[in-house]
Amino acid sequence: MSSWREFAAIVALLAAGTAQAQAFPGVGRTATAAEIAAWDIDVRPDFKGLPKGAGSVAKGMEVWEGKCASCHGIFGESNEVFSPIVGGTTKDDIKSGRVARLNDAAYPGRTTLMKLSTVSTLWDYINRAMPWTQPKSLSTEEVYAVTAFILNMGGVLPDDFTLSDRNIAEVQKLLPNRKGMTTDHGLWPGAGMGTRKPDVKATACMKDCSGEPRLASFLPDFARDAHGNLAEQNRPVGAQKGADTSQTVPKGGAAEAAAPSARPAASPGAGAAEAVALTQKHACVACHGLDNKIVGPGFREVARRYAGRADAVAYLAGKIKSGGSGVWGNVPMPAQALSEADANLIAQWLADGMKN
Amino acid sequence: MDSLHKASGRLQKAPENFLDPAGVRQVFAEARSGRRDFIRKAFAAAGAAAAVPIVQAAVNPVPPAGGDANILELPQHSKGLGQAVATDGYGKPSKYEANVQRRHSPGLTQTTQASVSFAPLQSLFGIVTPSGLHFERHHQGWWDIDPSKHRLMLNGSDDSLMRRPMVFTMDELMRLPSVSRFHFIECGANTGMEWGNVAVPTCQYSHGMISCSEFTGVPLNILFDVAGVDTKRARYVLAEGADGSSMTRTVPMELVESGEVFVAYGQNGEMLRPEQGYPLRLVVPGVQGVSWVKYLRRIEVGDKPYGTKDEVLHYVDLMPGGLQRQYSSTQECKSVITTPSGGQVLLDKGFYNISGLAWSGKGKVKRVDVSVDGGRNWRSARLESPVMSKCLTRFNLDWVWDGKAALVQSRAMDETGYVQPSYKQLRAVRGSRSIYHNNAIQTWLVQDSGEVKNVQLA
Repeated sequence: MSSWREFAAIVALLAAGTAQAQAFPGVGRTATAAEIAAWDIDVRPDFKGLPKGAGSVAKGMEVWEGKCASCHGIFGESNEVFSPIVGGTTKDDIKSGRVARLNDAAYPGRTTLMKLSTVSTLWDYINRAMPWTQPKSLSTEEVYAVTAFILNMGGVLPDDFTLSDRNIAEVQKLLPNRKGMTTDHGLWPGAGMGTRKPDVKATACMKDCSGEPRLASFLPDFARDAHGNLAEQNRPVGAQKGADTSQTVPKGGAAEAAAPSARPAASPGAGAAEAVALTQKHACVACHGLDNKIVGPGFREVARRYAGRADAVAYLAGKIKSGGSGVWGNVPMPAQALSEADANLIAQWLADGMKN
Repeated sequence: MDSLHKASGRLQKAPENFLDPAGVRQVFAEARSGRRDFIRKAFAAAGAAAAVPIVQAAVNPVPPAGGDANILELPQHSKGLGQAVATDGYGKPSKYEANVQRRHSPGLTQTTQASVSFAPLQSLFGIVTPSGLHFERHHQGWWDIDPSKHRLMLNGSDDSLMRRPMVFTMDELMRLPSVSRFHFIECGANTGMEWGNVAVPTCQYSHGMISCSEFTGVPLNILFDVAGVDTKRARYVLAEGADGSSMTRTVPMELVESGEVFVAYGQNGEMLRPEQGYPLRLVVPGVQGVSWVKYLRRIEVGDKPYGTKDEVLHYVDLMPGGLQRQYSSTQECKSVITTPSGGQVLLDKGFYNISGLAWSGKGKVKRVDVSVDGGRNWRSARLESPVMSKCLTRFNLDWVWDGKAALVQSRAMDETGYVQPSYKQLRAVRGSRSIYHNNAIQTWLVQDSGEVKNVQLA
């Protein structure tokens, strides 16, 4: 390999030491204060980087219901689009700093508040990446407020609390899982944390090794086709072929045995491609699957319901533009900011049964 | 059970102890009396429900006419004029290769933007992953970013840690001395669905969140030297992406100082693919993919780790007792047999080349052993060159299949002497709820029908 040559070249380049900048004249420039301020948004567990500001639980509820609840649920409990944020923590956890249910295999799922050990993480992530389709659009006050509201929903902060840069270190001391983490492992490849030693030790026995093989788990027959027909996922030439899993007929085998959900959706017609692209561009697909319900109904369900309705295009375009609730469930669909033309095109596609 | 399947549209986890009690008793009884026969009977029984017989035709019979029509009658391509050069300015795979695709696991994630697709390991040769088949992991959807507008910023968590905070254009980065190195990238959650039990049918879904490429770029320590980093105090490095999620992860300064970490723009001779972070990503050899931040816009040096979302809330390993390991980063030694593997069918008995991939985040693969009897006896496989550090290594082993049930496994060892553990050994330390860093030995059951099944042994 050429790594020695590379190494030698790099060593030669580094020989200049602190005069390194001169080694690459004309390459790179000093960042301005304004540029650093625009991009350096990270907040560390010691709150380095946290901007001054404050936000109340009440304000947080307002922001939550407008910008967060459609994906995360009114009470942060949603498991529809993302894993639930709130739940699974107790008053005792707040006292002890360890979430007891993390040790309960029967408890379904792990919520954000069950895992959260540093409040800076929550603040930082909301600030940099939320809301899902409009990251970095929240004001500093809104980020404080939403952080406070989440902790309020989790029973950590009272209703009348206002979270700020001045009291956030005190709030850190209330996190239910603030002591539930460890770096005592061998998987950190640096000196500052961890043990640098593997925790699992195996040996390479070669002959008559102990332990009779006993089958503990394999894929049940009904799931053989859950990832689609495996014959179509292997090269048709070679030492092995893919198993034709579409041929499975489970016991009591009815015609409906083949699970439709696992099959690739029929490819849309050429005209539909544009509508599908629009649903992706406008992030409709964050809440609506082609075939399946996510938060809102799947597009095919919508198409089916309004098939044959004379004013379907106008009705659906109106719903897309101004939102609605109650037709498909409790979670409201917010009004969407897209052009009349795009809304009409998507509505037309749905009204046509997603064919054209 | 079928209704369960349909209700969620996703694969339900297979229950543990799938053998019925009578089967278990039989297994124990026969374990005492027999060896190979024991395996055959046990798995014939276990597989009985699957009894869809695979018709095995002779692979290459001499036709009654006395010869193969494909030989006797010259095909059109031997008798006609082929296509012109540059018919396709960027060539594509043969139309017969359409089955070889990266795929997502139905129902695994609730959105398609915060999701993964898996590389088709069962169909790949050698160690390089074709760029278009590289596994994907996006946290907030992928972008195709204009490289003329992309910038890389370097700064310190406070001013004293970097003498000169800097900005580079892509043009400037590509003027600097570059290195080209082969490395694997593996998602920390690769094989994560299998911690508790078997959940997916093929090695594409069980191990396909790994890929390997030749990456080209600029060692980060060169950039740090230009900017003047106080490496005595700044022992942690934060990498940040330019996409909506603005992914952040902490990397130890030791890895940067080793010269191994680089900012990459090239992949397999061309620029990075958009799905892989075009035009710039971090390469952190041996460390899980989440640290290889894509659309890399900023690198900060600091005196403390950063506690980012993907260090505190995700990519944490839940241990027995309820503690979560944070900052677990290294991908330990692991291997998988890619052919024959789950969901495939052997055509007939006779000779086969058992082939697979091995890797370690701590250096070179030193040895790979293969068992066809469920781990009682092992033979060392051939390691194909090149064998490179923190890179996929291809291994092969000759095998004559006698048409009877076989349990095929591979076990890798790296140059530190670390040996890939069995599920039993791994779970004894880490339990089964970790999600991340599952590097257990994979078992494939070759049934007597020739169909290969994903199984786990007790």
